[in-house]
Formats: sequence, structure tokens, C-alpha cells
Amino acid sequence: MTLRVKDLKVYYQTLRGDVHALDGVSFDLADGEIMGLAGESGCGKSTLSKSLIRLDSRMRHVGGTVELDGENVPIADDEAMVPLRYHEISLIPQYAMSALNPTRKIGRMINELLRSRGVRPGDVADELRRRLELVGLDPEVLDRFPIELSGGMKQRVVMVISTLLNPSLLIADEVTSALDVSTQRSVAESLVEFRDREYVRSMVFVTHDISLVYQMADTIMVMYAGRVAEKAPARAVIEDPRHPYTRMLVSALPEVGSTVSGGRLEGIPGTPPGLLNPPQGCRFRDRCPMAFDRCAEQPPLVEIEPGHWAACWKTGE
Amino acid sequence: MSETLLELEHVHKVYRTGAFGGGRKRAVRDVSLTVRAGEVVSLIGESGSGKSTLGKMVLGLSRPTEGRILVEGTDVAGIRGFAARKEYYRRVQGVFQDPFSCFNPIFKADRVFEMVRGSYFPEVSDADWRDRVLSALGTVRLDPGNVLNKYPHQLSGGQLQRMLIARALLLDIRLLVADEIISMLDASTRIDVLNLLADLKERGLGILFVTHDLSLGNYVSDTSVILRKGAIAEMGPTTRVFDNPLHPYSRHLLSCVPQLHRTWAEVDADLAANPPEDVTLPTVADGDTSAPLLEAEEGHFVGIDQK
Repeated sequence: MTLRVKDLKVYYQTLRGDVHALDGVSFDLADGEIMGLAGESGCGKSTLSKSLIRLDSRMRHVGGTVELDGENVPIADDEAMVPLRYHEISLIPQYAMSALNPTRKIGRMINELLRSRGVRPGDVADELRRRLELVGLDPEVLDRFPIELSGGMKQRVVMVISTLLNPSLLIADEVTSALDVSTQRSVAESLVEFRDREYVRSMVFVTHDISLVYQMADTIMVMYAGRVAEKAPARAVIEDPRHPYTRMLVSALPEVGSTVSGGRLEGIPGTPPGLLNPPQGCRFRDRCPMAFDRCAEQPPLVEIEPGHWAACWKTGE
Repeated sequence: MSETLLELEHVHKVYRTGAFGGGRKRAVRDVSLTVRAGEVVSLIGESGSGKSTLGKMVLGLSRPTEGRILVEGTDVAGIRGFAARKEYYRRVQGVFQDPFSCFNPIFKADRVFEMVRGSYFPEVSDADWRDRVLSALGTVRLDPGNVLNKYPHQLSGGQLQRMLIARALLLDIRLLVADEIISMLDASTRIDVLNLLADLKERGLGILFVTHDLSLGNYVSDTSVILRKGAIAEMGPTTRVFDNPLHPYSRHLLSCVPQLHRTWAEVDADLAANPPEDVTLPTVADGDTSAPLLEAEEGHFVGIDQK
């Protein structure tokens, strides 16, 4: 078991009170697993991925634990997290195009980064070149400035940098959202290849695009309003979703081949609840067509089939 | 066949590039297409394909370098002067990608409706105007109680985007340019905005739908135009373009789209097992800036292959 998150609660402090952005999130991530983390904006998916590597000043760890390879990850202690960052837990940030220092050539920037993490650049130089070639980049990009590279190239450079020290856990936050479809595919496939070659042990791939995550992830976790709605193997989430939210979300996605005349798709009416004072019970209750009395009580996340977890009273029956 | 609303005739756009404007970049190359009343035409392309430049030119925000853009028979480049432009925007409106940046955050969101009234309908009475606003909101399926008298930050992206469409509907628009209007929206609200476009189409509006997402372009449109490097790669009825893509670029693009029930490996295997029929693409001599189209089957055109 690589990563085990138990009942994690992270709140944002605001002047009007705490925003319950993560309110009791639990899941396991196995060795070699790529987990797609999907959900609408504001569901807590970016908060979760940030919490695993660095809490910013507004975020407060309220409860719950994170374990990586059996060791506790002290997410609330910024100092104690330093040795883990980059070595054990690494991140591909959302806007990789702007994550590179524009005033440095890429090679020099990488060397500075490695030294700051206590690694001698010479020790990994060969590996760096090999991996750049693997993602289809000429190692001469090291002598270029970021402005000389296209968006997809920068994205791949950042991917290589983030995984250079073979981290246990890689968090990829919306890495392909800003790319064209053909570049998107090659970046997604390179990520899978990195896992296959064991450059990264396991991966959390955050996205709002479920059809993309279906192409590359082993499992998909769908979040709603700060909680886990469903986690299951990728095929099960698409073919046989059990939580009403996942069902409605999957059926609202237009595909290549679906047209208005061939039957209209329906969106989900309503909006997610505010998380400043979240409602009691199931948070999807107000938008859920299947809601009944018991939904006033919060449904637990239960394993309904091996590997298939859902938090809904109706699925347990 | 219904009337032609928008007609592009061999439109080119060349931008000056570089520090002193010495370089030239042909962003749009020899594009000809038409949009009829009650028709949705999707302009599909990756970044740098010229799709947004085309949208801008139709809205009169930038002028074509060569060629003509006709809206209901009048050349857009010939519209000069404040009054004439204002009249033009009574008939043609645009909605853009980021609804959050289209509103002034210090005013209430429904101020956009008041501004339309101030410039176009000063003579309409308060009660009459209120009815029109309510009916426009009804068309875009917004509950007036939820959106009126609110500040932009209190509304979701989908609500704001629908308010912008309602604002366009207050005018007597004939043509709507929708530039990436759903890329910023969440999956659960996206489809509502797409369905709304289908409703507008039934009311006889012509819609130019600019998108980079092939599955979205395919859901609403009657005609699809796939652009590459400024020129049309393939154009035709949406079902034909998606079922039988003829241009190698369109095939490549379609094979890269993440699908819900088929993985990329399955799509590739399928493509390898049934290699598509070959078509001869039109060619042009070096230095020729035209981009001829070849009619491969009825109404289905393929364009040149650019390296």
C-alpha cells in the first residue's frame, strides 16, 4: 500500500469562518496505481492534492492522517515535510507553462533545483537526458529558455523534472487541461509510461475531464463538495456507476457521435452547496432525484464490491 | 433551403509579427464558408488554427486582409461610423470564453441588461423592459429570482454565461458568434448551455460555434469545419465529417479525443484493422496562398495538406 488517507479534514480559514473544503476524505492508493481524481470546480480535488504536499497559509489541518509506505506524513508540519517533498512526494503543477523560471536556461534551473534538494546534478545528468529523450524531447532543450518551447514541450520538461528522483507519489494537477487534444494524448501516455517504467510508484491525476481519466487511470475517485462520492476501477465508474452523482455526471458528457437530434443529454440541476456552512447529511441531497428521509444522515463510504466504494444509502441495498 | 446569414468569401488574415512588424503570419488562409438561418456551424481547431481570428473578423473586431465577409448581404468591412456599427451589433453578437471577466465586479450582474436598454431601447417603458428581460431569462432557463440583483461573484460560471446569452437575445440578433463558450464551465452545466444553443437554433438563429473540443462541436452542430493552420482541412455535414473523416489531420485529431466507452488502444486497433479509404487531397504550388477545397462526396469537402 503506497498511500493511505484516513478521514482527512482540511479547512480554509476565512474572515467569515472555516470553509470545509475537505471534510473526511478516506482512500487507499495501491502500488503502481494511477488514480484519476475527478469532480466539479469547488469539490475539493485541488485542495486534496495540495494537502498531500504543502498546506498554504490559509489551510488548516483539522483532523485525519496520511500514511505513505507505512510512515506517517506530517502534512501540518511544514518543516518536517521538507525532506519528503520532491524525494518522496512530487507535484506537477496545474500551469506547468508558467512553472519554469523565465530568466534561467532550463538546464541551469534544473541544477539549481537539484542542489537545493541536496542532490548532486552530476549524479542524475545521464538519467535526465535519457528521460527527456523518452518523452520525445531533444536534450538540447536544456540550453534553451522556457520561452523558446511550446506549451506541450514545457509540460513535458516539467514532467521529467518532477519525476527525476523517482518519487513514491506523483500528484498531477490538471496537467493536460491547457493542451491541444493531440498533445494531451501524448502527455497522458507519457505519464502512464513513467508509471510502467517505475519512475513513479503511484499517481494521483487530478482532472475535470472524466473521459480523459478513463483513458489512462486504473481507478477513478469522484469527489463532491469536500467528500468522496465514489471510488472504483475506471471501467466500473463509466459503465456501472453506483452513486447518483456519478451517474448523472457521466450521463451529462457529450461524446464524439452523440448529437442533439439523437437524444438530448441532461445536465444536473442546481449547484453544489456552499462549504462555509455545509448542510448536514448527504451533500448531494438537494440535487439528487433519489433522495429520501435517511439522506439527512451522512452516508458512510462503504465497499459495495471489491475495490468499489460509494457513499450513498441507496447503494447499500 | 433557408436564407444565408453569413458568407465568407476567400477570407485571409495576415498579422505582422516581430518587434518592428517585419514578419508576416498568415493566421487565416483562404476560408470560404456559409452559415444559414437555423444552422449551427462549428469551427473546430487546435491552438493557432485561426478559429478565434475568424470569429473576431465576423464580429468586426478585426478586418480581413483579403476577401469579403457578408452578413445578410452587406460587407462587414463596409460598415463605418458609430451609428452603422451599432446597428450591426443589433443583429450580430458574440459570447466569449470567460464569463467571469465579462462582468464588472463592482456592479450587479444584471447591469449588462440595463446597458443594452440604455444604448438600444431608451424608449421602452420599465414594465415592458422587465417583461423582455424575464422572457430572455426564461429562454436561457434561468430563474430570475436567483440571478437578478446579484453580484457576479455570487453566480456560477454557467449562470453568468447564460446571462450573457440572454443579453444577446434582448437584441434582435440573427447571428451569434459563440467563441469557446463552454470551455470554462463544469461538466454538469456544460450540457445545459449546449442544449440552449440547440433551442436558439430552432428559433432560426445562425450560430458560429468556435471550439477546440471535438465531442462538443459534434453535439450541437449541423456543419463542422475543421481548421488547421488557418486553412480548412475538412468541411461538411457533421455526421459525415465525424463518421467518415477524409483528411489525415481530421483522422489524427479524432483518434486523440478521449472517449468514454473506448480507450485509445481500441480506437487505434480499430483504425489499423479498417484502414480508411484514401482520398486525393488538393495541392497548391509553393508560394500560392490559396487553399482550394475538393468535394469528395456531396457537401463534404477536403482541403490541402499543410506540412
